[in-house]
Parts: sequence; structure tokens; C-alpha cells
Amino acid sequence: MPTTTIAGAEVQVDEEGFMTAYDEWNEEIAKALAGNIGIELTDDHWQVIKFLREDYQEQGETPMLRRVSNVGGVPTKQLFQLFPKKPAKKMSYIAGVPKPQGCV
Amino acid sequence: MTFVPDFGDDDSDRKICFIASKGTLDMVYPSLIMANAALGEGIETHIFFTFWGMDIVTKKHMDDLQFTWLGNTAMHPPGGSKIHMPQGLAGLPGMTAMATKMMKKQIADLDVPEVPEMVQMIADAGGHLWACKMSVDMMGLTKDDMIPEVEDIISATDFIELSEGAQVIFT
Repeated sequence: MPTTTIAGAEVQVDEEGFMTAYDEWNEEIAKALAGNIGIELTDDHWQVIKFLREDYQEQGETPMLRRVSNVGGVPTKQLFQLFPKKPAKKMSYIAGVPKPQGCV
Repeated sequence: MTFVPDFGDDDSDRKICFIASKGTLDMVYPSLIMANAALGEGIETHIFFTFWGMDIVTKKHMDDLQFTWLGNTAMHPPGGSKIHMPQGLAGLPGMTAMATKMMKKQIADLDVPEVPEMVQMIADAGGHLWACKMSVDMMGLTKDDMIPEVEDIISATDFIELSEGAQVIFT
């Protein structure tokens, strides 16, 4: 498993660059990860990221967009504005959780 | 070194057009699920609703699509059974309603939304929905019979134009 240095911390990542150790994540790292893909985090982004991390911890898997919208309370349209083009992958990358696996 | 995933933002010219021609509950999901997945990957996505597929975006019918296994020999009881459901049974009164109810439950158990919510998700994600002119004329429909997310009623020629350079998938 490769490691990389993000925001001054050495963290484990997979071959694509997604973090693989939930507990190595912190908010500084999130800001750096977001910066890597051209996103500046606002309060709305943080709401999504925090939901993703809490839901992942409770459910054991990364929520799909529909769940982020219905349970996390951020409408689909807004998710596409906050994390353009590939919201599900981008938000999980920043939140330090695996890419979602489901179909819907 | 820093690893940054390739989110493919630069190569954004991929485009997918689905043709949704069926209105049975089991046959409307393939295009809806794939369209939703394509949108989540940042791909320009269109669905052209034609013939029986018109029911997917017609207000009166979209929440009441039905399933029958009549004519479908691949229908087995749930749970990996080797049994083929008898075709004659499917034709009995009440069987379509029962089969529909069972399929809706299986879909809901997977946490997959019903058709109206699925269509709304696709529209919210930026998917383009089009109605087929010939079907609309044949069925005596107007734009008011359809959900407002349907952008326009277009001809076969219009669809061929808009799908230029796209991957086209017929369902």
C-alpha cells in the first residue's frame, strides 16, 4: 500500500490516491485533498463531507448520491454544483472514505 | 510524491444517449440506472422516450408501471430456484398485480427508488429527457401529459442529430 504526504502528514492511499485509513484523515488533509482537485471547501461542502464520514462509520460503506441527498439533506442538484462532474467520487476522495460501490 | 486520482475532467466529450422503448417495470430500469450512473461520471446523458417508454415520463402512468412474466421464460421464483414460473399462471386475473407488487418490493429492498423518483434524480443530475413525436401523436398525448422535466417533443431526425458522436443504447 503506497503512502503519500498530504498537509504535512504521511497517510496511506490506494493506487488511485484515495485514502485507505479512516482515522488518518483530518480537516487540514481534507482541505489539501480538495485543493488537489480544484475545489475550495465552503460550509456546504463540509456538511456533505461530515455526513459522508459519519454515515460511513455507522453503515460501514460510503453512501451513494441518493442517500447523501435523502438522508444527508443536500439536494442532488447542489451536489453536482459543489463537486462538479463526478460528485460521488470527488466527495469520497475529500472525505477520506472509499469510493461508493452501489449502483444507485 | 502526491497521488491525485484522475477524475477525467479534461476528457469531457463522452456522450451517451439511451432510447427507452419499453414500459414494463422490469424494462424501464436498465436505461434509468445506467443514465443515472453516467451522469454521476460527469457524462452528457440523454434519454429519448419512445413507444411504451413514454409511460416513464407520462404523469398518469409513471408511478403505476406493471410487471408480468408472461412471455418471459427466465422468470424463476426468488432465491435462485431452478423452477420456471408456469406461463399459463401469469395470464390469470390478478397475477400482474401480484408480480408487480413483488418486484417493487425487491427493488425497494435494494434501496433503489421507484420510477418517478429515479426520473427526478436523473433530471436533477442534469440528464436531458426527450419525448418521441411519433409516439406522442400516436397516443394522443400533449406536453402537459408529461412531467415538465421533458425538454421537448422531438422527431426521429432530431434525435439522430442530437446523438451525433454519442454512444447510443437501445433499451
